[in-house]
Amino acid sequence: MITELEKYKTADTSKVSTWFKAASVDAFPKNGGACVKYKDLQIAVFNFTRRNEWYACQNLCPHKMQMILSRGMIGSAGEDPKVACPFHKKTFSLKSGKNLNGDTCDIATYPIKIEDGYVFVGFEK
Amino acid sequence: MTRIVVIGNGMVGYKFCEKLMASTGGKDFQVTVFGEEPWPAYDRVHLSAYFSGSSAEDLIMAPREWYRKNRIDLRTNELIVKIDRDQKKVISHTGAEVFYDKLVLATGSGAFVPPVQGVEKKGVFVYRTLEDLDAIIDYGKKVKSAAVMGGGLLGLEAAKAVLDMGLKAHVIEFAPRLMPRQLDESGSSILKSKLEELGISIHLSKNTKQIHGNGKLTGLEFADGTELRVEMLVISAGIKPRDELAKACGLKTAARGGILVNEFLQTNDENIFAIGEVASYENMIYGLVAPGYEMATQVVNQLVSHEIKPFMGFDMSTKLKLIGVDVASFGDPFGEVEPSKAIVFEDKVKGLYKRINISTDGKRLIGGILIGDASAYNMLWQMVQNKMPLPPEPEDLILGARGGKEVAGAGLESLPADAQICSCENITKGDICNVIEKDGLAQLSEIKTCTKAGTGCGGCLPMVNDLLQLQLKSMGKQVKNVICEHFEYSRQELLDLVKVKGIKTYDFLLDKLGTGDGCEVCKPVVASILASSWNELVIKQDTIQDTNDRYLANIQKGGTYSVVPRIPGGEITPDKLIVIGQVAKKYRLYTKVTGGQRIDLFGARVDQLPDIWEELIEAGFESGHAYGKSLRTVKSCVGSTWCRYGVQDAVSFAIRVEERYKGLRSPHKLKGAVSGCIRECAEAQSKDFGLIATEKGWNLYVCGNGGSKPQHAKLLINDVDSETCIKYIDRFLMFYIKTAEPLTRTATWLNKLEGGMDYLRDVVVNDCLGIGEELEREMGFMMETYACEWKEVVNNPELRAKFKHFLNVEEEDPSVQFQEIRGQKIPATWG
Repeated sequence: MITELEKYKTADTSKVSTWFKAASVDAFPKNGGACVKYKDLQIAVFNFTRRNEWYACQNLCPHKMQMILSRGMIGSAGEDPKVACPFHKKTFSLKSGKNLNGDTCDIATYPIKIEDGYVFVGFEK
Repeated sequence: MTRIVVIGNGMVGYKFCEKLMASTGGKDFQVTVFGEEPWPAYDRVHLSAYFSGSSAEDLIMAPREWYRKNRIDLRTNELIVKIDRDQKKVISHTGAEVFYDKLVLATGSGAFVPPVQGVEKKGVFVYRTLEDLDAIIDYGKKVKSAAVMGGGLLGLEAAKAVLDMGLKAHVIEFAPRLMPRQLDESGSSILKSKLEELGISIHLSKNTKQIHGNGKLTGLEFADGTELRVEMLVISAGIKPRDELAKACGLKTAARGGILVNEFLQTNDENIFAIGEVASYENMIYGLVAPGYEMATQVVNQLVSHEIKPFMGFDMSTKLKLIGVDVASFGDPFGEVEPSKAIVFEDKVKGLYKRINISTDGKRLIGGILIGDASAYNMLWQMVQNKMPLPPEPEDLILGARGGKEVAGAGLESLPADAQICSCENITKGDICNVIEKDGLAQLSEIKTCTKAGTGCGGCLPMVNDLLQLQLKSMGKQVKNVICEHFEYSRQELLDLVKVKGIKTYDFLLDKLGTGDGCEVCKPVVASILASSWNELVIKQDTIQDTNDRYLANIQKGGTYSVVPRIPGGEITPDKLIVIGQVAKKYRLYTKVTGGQRIDLFGARVDQLPDIWEELIEAGFESGHAYGKSLRTVKSCVGSTWCRYGVQDAVSFAIRVEERYKGLRSPHKLKGAVSGCIRECAEAQSKDFGLIATEKGWNLYVCGNGGSKPQHAKLLINDVDSETCIKYIDRFLMFYIKTAEPLTRTATWLNKLEGGMDYLRDVVVNDCLGIGEELEREMGFMMETYACEWKEVVNNPELRAKFKHFLNVEEEDPSVQFQEIRGQKIPATWG
């Protein structure tokens, strides 16, 4: 499964070459997430209504290699937006992908843009 | 760029890398690490966990990804065969050459194998690496008994592993007592009888002379002429430093093994350091992880020109749980280093042994031993380390204060600031107080992340937490059980506010009373409060629910869910049983009977849940709420309808009670049971509420639970009729729901309730607060507003649409994989 983990690489907004049209804005739950499929990747997309922000990260929790993060609760640690894995409550910053418990790998994050009522996820190469 | 080569990727070698990265972020250093084992450094201290189900991955200190991210060139499976000090390079078995400016030898140690005739026979193993363990597990499947040679720390760990494998375990020790370096005669004898109770045979004063067997081991022969028939031998008789590389390149080594180092961990070549079990400082090898970490830290400090504290030896105090028995040994356990007097407490009935050694002037503690109960270890060890003055009655330290007085002079307050609290990471009291005071940390988890205290063996965590509470108090901060950083309220306060202000959504509550954007702690707590107050459909606010409540099912390994239909009282008709079987077959679900007299169906994909429930509801089933912090089941025995001993109809009453409280959300799960007679077949005394039938009615027990800390329920009232009984359960449950902290079972709640059971009886039975009717009314509201959550979902297309894995495609999650066991499926892997 290590190879599965290696599929996910953080994408930098300035280097995005593909903006993948994921789904309409209304399709996502408020203050929560859903999983979208792009090629063989599973991306968790979060509609952080309360902050009027959108975030995307790998759906794979690196702690036990489970495709699950989109079903996690989101929230904030200080100012930092975060998601908690439903399995063991490992938390990750949605901005930097950093593991906030300090005992698991970080996760890859992806930029999001909203256009014409649709959610687009950015990928490099 | 300084080129650093580390030989050895064990716990200490890894810690060196971690500390180096932490202090510099890896800048200015080019690090290459060689490990001869196939995997990155793993936690050797907890090796025996491998036998009780932990995987190799669980034990890994940091994944390969971590090394990559820090640009450390980690080369596993590669053995260094030569160090060329003139050219400052190392050469591996593959012929690869790497040049260094500084070389760190963290080669650790191997198992010491005593020269006994026959050690080459099949069935003889050492206990050291994951590969050794795999070989032991493999061989263990073919045999029924195993002996461990060595009754020290490691040997007893190995004995636990043998026990976990289901084998008859023997421990053979050369010395006349167990753990000869840590325990005295009496301590050893208490430990011995405890271990023997667990089925381990202990053989002391045994010098193994010969290993018998034709090719494979069949038994051992000792010098005293006795023999032991056994099919496997695990040698764990000590360690032998891996100093052969150092020897070969002319570094000085100690006569008893180990590379000689000075107080700066330097060898006689100033560019080569040795750390961990391979380093010999003043003719002493340190076979524990804490001193190894300390050495790693000191070398890092030198490399990055931080303040350097010379290594002056290390305290070998230790506390551990050996096969479930607390064992601790600290300072000078035998009182031999300086003249001293001992205070000893021994209780052979309970298996307790406590000894403290006091200086002859009676002023200082110099060491001791604790067996059976080591809760005083941290404080006693601190007293030794910091030469703190003894209280006037030093025996209080191990016996506790008698006569209602507090133990004097043993508090955390009296510890000096430089007292070491976490020995694995070398964190002092001052370090911890500092981050609380200056950085404003107020959570144990924050302190762990920030200082790393308690991240090693975790033994100091209770003390760190006490220190946190103490420090907060001394800073005048109210130590209040607030829910999290987003709500400055306790659960009880929030519940009152929700009810008084009529607040019905999480977002509104956060706007009105909270700060920030919420988190995984406050969201489910508030969700539970809202459900306990208004009883509205929980998935109307699905994103504040824990995943189980969000998908109304229990998440399992692999990300599928399990389904539990309600079977009140455990009574079910053949027709309904058939439906469960048919549904399980159709959706290929793994089925298992639960402890609560129900049937659990595992392995349902999230998109299958509504379809499965549509069929179950069609057949008359309702949600069993196994996913919620709510009433689970009311277990029953068959009672007076069938049983010749029964005095009341336990099944009918259990069904009545379960129907009454089904769907009731609470701070934690709730379980009940009804037994039809005094034989108590329904195990009612291990439940949150339990009824035992009497000739006159029911005895009502409350606040029991099974689980990790079992506690018997206590009698609330005896011989009451059915109506009164229900009235009291109504009051009891509602009072608990309104006042308990989050995720607190009734037993823990009662333990913390001031006044205890007498007070609870006063509230519930005597209505001393005058809230009896109100509690009953509130419970009445919950029953009136009950609706089966799954029925609502199945009949609501909008809610049904939420049950899918991918939002943008109609596909299943390809990562969900199964394998087969005994004719059913189980999840394929778990990372």
